[in-house]
Amino acid sequence: MGMLLHTVLFYTFASFLIGAAIGVVFSRNPVHAVMFLVLAFFQSAMLWMLIEAEFLAIVLVLVYVGAVMVLFLFVVMMLDINVEAVRKGFDRYAPLGIGVALLMAFELIQLIWLRGKGAGTADGFVPYAEGYSNTKALGSVLYTEHVYAFEIAAVILLLAIVAAIALTMRKRPGLKVQNISRQVAVRARDRLRVIKMDAEKKP
Amino acid sequence: MIGLHHYLVVSAMLFVLSIAGIVLNRRNLILLLMCIELMLLAVNFNFIAFSRHLGDDTGQVFVFFILTVAAAEAAIGLAILVVLFRNRRSINVQDMNEMKG
Repeated sequence: MGMLLHTVLFYTFASFLIGAAIGVVFSRNPVHAVMFLVLAFFQSAMLWMLIEAEFLAIVLVLVYVGAVMVLFLFVVMMLDINVEAVRKGFDRYAPLGIGVALLMAFELIQLIWLRGKGAGTADGFVPYAEGYSNTKALGSVLYTEHVYAFEIAAVILLLAIVAAIALTMRKRPGLKVQNISRQVAVRARDRLRVIKMDAEKKP
Repeated sequence: MIGLHHYLVVSAMLFVLSIAGIVLNRRNLILLLMCIELMLLAVNFNFIAFSRHLGDDTGQVFVFFILTVAAAEAAIGLAILVVLFRNRRSINVQDMNEMKG
């Protein structure tokens, strides 16, 4: 890929990413915020793709956009949120928020920009050789060196499933459910009574 | 030439924005969770950029684990949120002062 094209793509994706992040923080409607977050994840996946971290880029789109953000969207739409009441404190916290953000930005710029100069960090990444497979390389590390951590991650996911179901399951009062064994055990004589009586005539 | 430097700056901007979001949106629990997701994304950027810079794939393996834990955290957090909303009809963080912590 040409170097100029690479640079242009990087700046495009990065500016969209920052714009989407600003949208997440400042949008009034939670649904819009979720949509901006989806955009941010897509742009990050593209940026990761640019530096040849293809596996994680695909995983980010599949797992994050495909599963986690859909979950967020479900919850946002399921809950009937009063947007106005929620936004009320926004202006009051604005000076504090912007102050903290500026402080953090100052520190990070100092660290990355001023102290990082001359450490070889401004050079480009060394491109991989032709025929390199990111998925294969990650798999060969993940399943050998980090297999224990991998299994712990699996247990954490199981824990999340159990916890989410246990938290949100509830027994509703007055719910009509069938009791199959009682239905099957019913005898005709318990339900039906044959009585004898004389025929009646209309007066 | 796009290198480690550029990715670190993007990651720092993302992190600062999400910190501002956490302070600004202190009333809305859903937005707090979303800002935490953004923060984790910024951390993942650092991991991947340094992994590429140093030529060590372990950094990308760590991003994989962070994604797993973040997914679990989002699922449990949203479940707690749903239960909370069912009981209190509100997701305002300031309403949750029962325990006086």
